[in-house]
Amino acid sequence: MGAVLVVLEQRDGMLKRVSLEALAAGRVVADAEGSEVHALLMGPPGVSTEALGRHGADKVLAAATPDLALYQPDAFATIAANQVSTGNYDIIVLGATAMGRDLAPRIAAKLGAPLAPDVTSLTANDELVVTRPVYSGKAVFTLRVVKRPCVISVRPNVFSPTDAAKPGAVEGISADGVVAARATTVKVKEPEKAVLDVAEASIVVSGGRGLKGPENFHLIEELAEVLGGAPGASRAVVDAGWRPHSEQVGQTGKTVSPSLYVAVGISGAIQHLAGMRTSKVIVAINKDKDAPIFKLADYGIVGDLFEIVPRLIAELQKIRGN
Amino acid sequence: MKIAVCVKRVPDTESRIKIAGDGKSIDEAGVKFVLNPYDEFAVEAALQLKEQHGGEVVVVALGTDASQETVRTALAMGADRGVLLKSNASSLDSLGAARLLAAELEAGEYDLLLFGKLAIDDYNHAVGPMVATLLNLPCVSSIAHLEISGASGTAEREIEGGVEVVEFSLPAVLTTDKGLNEPRYPALRGIMMAKKKPLEVKEVTVEPGGLEIIELSVPAERTGGRIVGEGPDAVPALIEALRNEAKVI
Ligand SMILES: Cc1cc2nc3c(=O)[nH]c(=O)nc-3n(C[C@H](O)[C@H](O)[C@H](O)COP(=O)(O)OP(=O)(O)OC[C@H]3O[C@@H](n4cnc5c(N)ncnc54)[C@H](O)[C@@H]3O)c2cc1C
Ligand SMILES: Nc1ncnc2c1ncn2[C@@H]1O[C@H](COP(=O)(O)O)[C@@H](O)[C@H]1O
Repeated sequence: MGAVLVVLEQRDGMLKRVSLEALAAGRVVADAEGSEVHALLMGPPGVSTEALGRHGADKVLAAATPDLALYQPDAFATIAANQVSTGNYDIIVLGATAMGRDLAPRIAAKLGAPLAPDVTSLTANDELVVTRPVYSGKAVFTLRVVKRPCVISVRPNVFSPTDAAKPGAVEGISADGVVAARATTVKVKEPEKAVLDVAEASIVVSGGRGLKGPENFHLIEELAEVLGGAPGASRAVVDAGWRPHSEQVGQTGKTVSPSLYVAVGISGAIQHLAGMRTSKVIVAINKDKDAPIFKLADYGIVGDLFEIVPRLIAELQKIRGN
Repeated sequence: MKIAVCVKRVPDTESRIKIAGDGKSIDEAGVKFVLNPYDEFAVEAALQLKEQHGGEVVVVALGTDASQETVRTALAMGADRGVLLKSNASSLDSLGAARLLAAELEAGEYDLLLFGKLAIDDYNHAVGPMVATLLNLPCVSSIAHLEISGASGTAEREIEGGVEVVEFSLPAVLTTDKGLNEPRYPALRGIMMAKKKPLEVKEVTVEPGGLEIIELSVPAERTGGRIVGEGPDAVPALIEALRNEAKVI
C-alpha cells in the first residue's frame, strides 16, 4: 500500500495544532495498512519540525522558502500534487481550516482523486471508512473510499494528536518548477490584539441576542478568558453589528468542535446548531427553559444570564486563583 | 464582462431531514428546496459587476429537472440566461460535478466564474477550486470583499484570526462568502421577466465518484443532558459537573 501524506499548516513560522491532529488521522491509516506517514511542510525556512516525529511522522518533507511564508494556493497545490505523483502515496490528509478547505479540492482535482472533506471519524481495517456531517449537521454520511489516491480533510479539534513516536527525520524537497502564480496572497491583515480564533479554540463561549447589547459582551470575553477559550457569537448579534463576523458560529459562520461549548443567551436555532453540534460538551445558559439549545446541551442553567455569568466568572476566578 | 454563476438547488436549512428508504439519501417528500444561500452572494456579485461594467450574467446548474426552478430564481434576481446540465441523479461527488461544470464553462470565454463557498447540503466546500484547477484558472475562495479593476482584482478572505488579501488576474474563479454583499430579493417584475428568459437544457451523465455511500444517518440525539439548576445558585453545581463529571475544565 502507498504511504500517507499529511499536509501541514504553519502560521508565522509556528505549526498549527490541527497539523498534529491530521498526523494522528494519517497514523490510523498507516498503522492499519502497514505503511508510513510523511509530513509535508510548505513554509518559510526555520519552522520547528521537532514535534512531528514525536507525534507520528515517519519522515518530514520540507519545502522551505520565504516565498511560501504565506499560503500561496497555486504553489502549495502544485508542490503537494507533485509529491503525490512522484512518491507512492495513497491517502493525503489536511486539516479542514481556511487553508485546508481551499487546498484540498485543488490537490484532488490535480490528481483526479476523490475528496472527503471535513471528516469527523476515520476507521481503517480492511477498508477505509470515514464519516462526515452534511445537511447542516442534521445527517451524517458514512463513506467507503473506493479509489486511491484519496484526499481527506479532518475537522479541527476532533482528532487528538498521537504519542506514537517515529523518526521524523527532515528531508528537504524542492519548491522549484512551481508555476508562475496568477493569484498571489500579498498579506494577512491581523487584528491589533491577537485573539484566539473560535474555529481553533478548545473552549468556546458564545453570546447571543440575550446579551441585549454590545456593551454587555465583556461578560462573554471575561468568561472565555477565565476558561482559556475564545469568544463566539450567534448570527443575530453579528448581523446587528455587535460582534465581528469572524466570531460567528453556525451555518453561515464557522464550524467548531471544541471540548467545551458554552452558549449564553442563544436560543439554539438550527443554523446555529449546524456550527457547534459536534462539540464534546455543551453548556447552555438561557432564561427560557423551553429554548431548543437545552435539547442539545449536556448541562443547562435556566435563568438570567446577567446574574449567572458574573457568578460563574467569579467562581472560576477563585478556582484559578488557587 | 461575461460572468458565469454556478448555482445549486439545496434543501432549505429549516427543513427537517428524513432518511429515504434506501438509507443513503434524504427523503425529499415535503422538503422545501431553495437556491443555495452562498450562491445568492455569487449571483449578487455578478449582477453588481454587470451594473458597473456591462456584459452578461449566465447561470449554470447541474441537477435534475427540478433545478430549473433554482435557475429561474437567479434569473428573477436579474441574470440574463440559464443553462441546466440535466442529470437523472443528483451526485454528492464534488469532482464529478466539477468536471461536468468545467466542461460547460470552458468554451464560454467568461471573465469570471463565480461559485458559492459551499453547498449547504453536501458541505463539500470544493467545486469552485476544483473547476479552477481543471480549467487552469486563478482562484480565490471564500471571499468577503472584492475589487476588480481592468484585468485584475483584489479579494479578501477570512482565515483563522485574520484576513488574507489576494491579488489575481482575470479570467478567474471566485467563491463567495457571507459578508461580500446583501443579495437582492427577486422583485415581481423580475419574476415575470424570468419566465421569458432563455434556459437551455443539456443532458449529462453523472458518473459514480471514488467514495461509496455506506449510509446516511441522522446523528444520535445527545442524551443524558440535564438542567443543573435555576439561577446563579446553580453555578457551583455546574462547575462541579464540568470539573469532575465531564472533566473539561
Ligand atoms: C440561511 C440562514 C443562515 C443562518 N446562519 C446562522 C449562523 O451561521 N449562525 C447563527 O447563529 N444563526 C444563523 N442563522 C440565524 C438563526 O436562524 C437565528 O436567527 C439566530 O441563531 C438567533 O440568534 P440568537 O440565538 O442569538 O437570538 P434569539 O433566537 O433571539 O435568542 C435569544 C435567546 O436569549 C435568551 N435570553 C434573552 N434574555 C436573556 C437573559 N437575560 N438571560 C438568559 N437568556 C436570555 C432568550 O430566551 C432566547 O433563547 C441563519 C439563518 C438563516 C435563514
Ligand atoms: N450541482 C451543482 N450545480 C451547480 N453548481 C454547483 C453544483 N454543486 C456545487 N456547485 C457550486 O459549487 C459551490 C460549492 O459547492 P460544494 O463544493 O458542493 O460545497 C456551490 O455553492 C455552487 O456554486
